[in-house]
Amino acid sequence: MQECEKELREVAKKLLLEKKVDLIIGYEEGTLPLRTRPIFIREADETKKLVWNSRCENSLCSYLKTTKERVGIVAKGCDSRSIIGLIKERQIKRENIFIIGVPCSGIIDRKKIEDILEGRELLECIESDSQITLKGEGLEEKVDKDKLVHASCKSCKYRNPVLYDTLVGKEVSQGEVEEYSDVEEFASKSDDERWAYFNDEASRCIRCYACRNVCPACYCPQCFVDQSLPTWFGRTLHPSDTLMFHMIRTLHIAGRCVDCGACSRVCPVNIELRMLHKKVQKDVKELYDYEAGINLEELPPMATFKMDDPQEFIK
Amino acid sequence: MRKGDRLKEKIIQKEQIGKWLEKLGKDYEIWAPVKRNGLVLFHPISSAKEVYFNFLNSKKTPKDLFFPQSEVLFSFPKEEIEKEVETILQKPRIVFAIRPCDARSLALLDQVFDSEDYQDPYYIERREGTLLVGLACTHPQQSCFCTSVGGGPFAKAHLDLLMADLGDGKYFVEALTERGEGLLEKNDSLQEPQKKDREKLAKIKEEAEEKVKSKLVTKGLEKKLDKIFDSSLWDRVHQRCLGCGICTYLCPTCHCFALLDEKDKARVERIRNWDSCMFPEFTVEASGHNPRISNRERMRQRVMHKFNYFVERYGETACVGCGRCIQSCPVNMDIREIIEEIRNE
Repeated sequence: MQECEKELREVAKKLLLEKKVDLIIGYEEGTLPLRTRPIFIREADETKKLVWNSRCENSLCSYLKTTKERVGIVAKGCDSRSIIGLIKERQIKRENIFIIGVPCSGIIDRKKIEDILEGRELLECIESDSQITLKGEGLEEKVDKDKLVHASCKSCKYRNPVLYDTLVGKEVSQGEVEEYSDVEEFASKSDDERWAYFNDEASRCIRCYACRNVCPACYCPQCFVDQSLPTWFGRTLHPSDTLMFHMIRTLHIAGRCVDCGACSRVCPVNIELRMLHKKVQKDVKELYDYEAGINLEELPPMATFKMDDPQEFIK
Repeated sequence: MRKGDRLKEKIIQKEQIGKWLEKLGKDYEIWAPVKRNGLVLFHPISSAKEVYFNFLNSKKTPKDLFFPQSEVLFSFPKEEIEKEVETILQKPRIVFAIRPCDARSLALLDQVFDSEDYQDPYYIERREGTLLVGLACTHPQQSCFCTSVGGGPFAKAHLDLLMADLGDGKYFVEALTERGEGLLEKNDSLQEPQKKDREKLAKIKEEAEEKVKSKLVTKGLEKKLDKIFDSSLWDRVHQRCLGCGICTYLCPTCHCFALLDEKDKARVERIRNWDSCMFPEFTVEASGHNPRISNRERMRQRVMHKFNYFVERYGETACVGCGRCIQSCPVNMDIREIIEEIRNE
């Protein structure tokens, strides 16, 4: 891991010195234990702040949506897929982006750590290749990273970036992944149970829109919930406003969501709608044999039409 | 109550709290920290068993008990425009185990919603109908800086009762108002505090204050902010910000709202919803012009409101140092760093 970090800093430094990019977007250490955060680097000297570890939970692609500069960006597997999506949908130009690919064994889910902490405060965390040591007042616990990885990472098929200009670190082994087992299990529940689940999740929504703002696929200049003339949506906490917001967002990202998990990681009230996104992803796969962000050539299914597209659902 | 009056100090055994709350529950609706879905939030409780005592602080503040995120102010049938006044609280309430920082935030909100210029009937009814039972903060977090902004982990201000966990199965309880004293009268198993209880209290208070390591220097900050409105500093500090509403919606002192009228076939409702200065449509004018066009201006507004405009208007900083914005920001924006950067500018 340290090797990879060293390599990353060198690559970034060189890119800036050789003026191949104007800006590097990567990760630096944050101000609280466990936290890293996005950093924007324009001076070669600053590249020493760059880090890469399993705490790099943010999706940096959301920053590409607004920048016009030539950017060098640190990208995990899922991020590289998001970048492909943004290129295909003409949001960014391939030639303006230098992708520094980082193989990823999964990102740590801070919510899982909170469950272990049971109200105690985490004061320090030390990361090794396979374990994390959590330290606090009267607390010292070693936990296997495997147990802490985010659900999206568990079912990730693309741990190594799909598209990159340079790869730092060694490719990680992929192994067998049960991509849709959790969705299938969830889908086997009764309508009432599923409805109750989604209602319960959305009932906690505080409409902060962090899920939308962090989503690499959400780039509408004005979101439908923000429009006031006409007003499509109320601003209340009623399910007709909150649940509908999440459902429409899910449909807007159909065939585009790469299940990076950023939306569930940023949620301050632990709303877990991944199952809904994942189900739509599965449907797109089954109906159109399409996976988002795998290559630059294939046209997105929602942006194209084929004579043999399935149409049983049109009544 | 006169300042410095000691109304009543008692010891309550941990195992007696259930009985006490049960008794209070007959007259009051009790809201307390409850852990559900891995989240600690204030919920109405029917038994002390539901209370999650082992909490650092609640994820959301109890602010929405007084100033709900979304509230119908009034509604009327479409045909006749006649205001219907509804009683807001069916029963007086107790917010049990509120942290001193959150209690202090209500005192700041009072200045906005209950001032000489303006009295907000919705807020005032909730505020007057609610008693605050504080739980002293024995484990301040790294992101806490209450002592820099006029508070403290054992601060008594604005509470009716303050409880402190002495750690040996006992709570030290102090009544701070007559209403608070009334709550204690409903408990028949109270004991008089002994010398060693008082010593213990002093010790844990000192330890807690010691733990508040973060310091925020706010002296002269409002004047500095006056001078740097157009500084390039704002270009730097906002870069990482995603422009979501977490910091404002989890903040105990943020109080901006938007009024909307909604109608269906039969009725019209006037609704007040929380709004956030971090949202793009926050200041969109009727013409379509938006004076705060990017995150840069929005971030500046958030800092200016808390540390300049509010200070100018009410003489206090609109921040109680609870650290929720630092803890919950998805990209670890840290107000302590921003203030430090402003001071160094």
